[in-house]
Amino acid sequence: MANQVNRLFASQLWVANVGVDVFYHAVLAQHVPAVQVDWRPPAGGDARMAEILAKLRDL
Amino acid sequence: MTKIEQANQEAFRRMDSGDPEWTGMVYAKDVLPDMDRYTIGHAGPPLAWEEMCGPMKGAVVGAIRYEGLAETEEQAVALVESGKIRFRPNHNVACVGPMTGMITWSMPLFEVTNKTYGNVAYCTINEGLGKVMRFGANDDSVLARLKWLETVLAPALQKAVQAHGPFNMKVLMSKALAMGDEMHQRNIAGSSLFVREVMPTLARVVEDRTQLTEITDFITGNDQFFLNLVMASCKAVCDTVKNIPYCTIVTAMSRNGTNFGIKVSALGDEWFQAPVLMPEGLFFPGYGPQDANPDMGDSAITETYGIGGFAMGSAPAVVRFVGADSVQAAVNYTNDMYEITQGRNTQLTMPNLDFQGTPTGIDIRKVVETGIAPVINTGMAHKKPGVGQVGAGIVRAPMDCFTQALLAFAKSVGVV
Repeated sequence: MANQVNRLFASQLWVANVGVDVFYHAVLAQHVPAVQVDWRPPAGGDARMAEILAKLRDL
Repeated sequence: MTKIEQANQEAFRRMDSGDPEWTGMVYAKDVLPDMDRYTIGHAGPPLAWEEMCGPMKGAVVGAIRYEGLAETEEQAVALVESGKIRFRPNHNVACVGPMTGMITWSMPLFEVTNKTYGNVAYCTINEGLGKVMRFGANDDSVLARLKWLETVLAPALQKAVQAHGPFNMKVLMSKALAMGDEMHQRNIAGSSLFVREVMPTLARVVEDRTQLTEITDFITGNDQFFLNLVMASCKAVCDTVKNIPYCTIVTAMSRNGTNFGIKVSALGDEWFQAPVLMPEGLFFPGYGPQDANPDMGDSAITETYGIGGFAMGSAPAVVRFVGADSVQAAVNYTNDMYEITQGRNTQLTMPNLDFQGTPTGIDIRKVVETGIAPVINTGMAHKKPGVGQVGAGIVRAPMDCFTQALLAFAKSVGVV
């Protein structure tokens, strides 16, 4: 597993960052091509609302 | 397809196919249910005198004086405190009014009929800028103008509609949108189109030359004249979406200067409320954020229908007026609203956005899930009654209204 990860980082990276964009900017600053996916957890992370939304999906 | 999706598609179909027409001028006393001289309609969800902001209280005092129930402010306040005045939300009786939204016994109203479904909605006549009751002003000049609207302008407009026949609002609104109005904070194109439609008939039916001159000056001197007709039109469409079982589409958003309220189709006439937010925008010279009253008015019925802030991408000229950063920022607001709506209006299309339709049918599930609150373009009133408009800006509907509504909806269908 460790070898696989090392091989990955030794090769050319193309990064898709999901969520908090500070990671996207950090990767760009290291001259690595990256795209940012604007994603937030459902209901802003409110577990109760997320559960209700999930239940309503089947109604 | 799920029951909710079926219901929401039906709601969108009704909103998209609604066909509002201006069919006449009426008086509140003649058409509103359970109306008397002591009943005052106001913008937003219900509220008591003690909860009202400065402009709302100022407008109430003016409304009482306008109806001849008191001569002075002190007498008007004493009448309110005696409990004789009954306040009710305009939305309860198929009405809307901008800012404070005062509707009383003698006031003339635009009557708009939704030709597709046969229902009717009403809105007051726009008073213009400066010292006006919708911003809480209540001096003699304000009351004199209201009396002129009642006794001169409204009868003339009624004669014009009778002679001309109904004016199709959807056609006018569609043209205005294509000409750069979002129809909440910018109505220059719509007001001009309206003048072009109505003036030839007014010139024929108003015999008194002086009155015709006054009417012409008044209508052509107010860029926002069209707003109130648009509001009644939006209300006539949104009311057809009420009470569809399993439907999670918003049927009303409105503010009383203290609280913001929304209604949701399947939940009938129940208001879900949270404290209003303060708009962010630009101020007229001499005013600043310290002068502004929080968000107020029934005019968010335009956003409920899918125009106003929702159509900002099609109104580049309004961008600076409401304090947005750029034309691209305005387009981004419209794109965000697609994330929380059921569909795109097939007739209200935006040429500069490749003729995409306006975002239509706010789904409370999508608002809560995405965290994207509806965006509203709005005027800002001075917090002291009577000063008038101090600026314009952008404000969001409070998220808490939508989380409360979603919880109530989930309970109503037995999910929690």
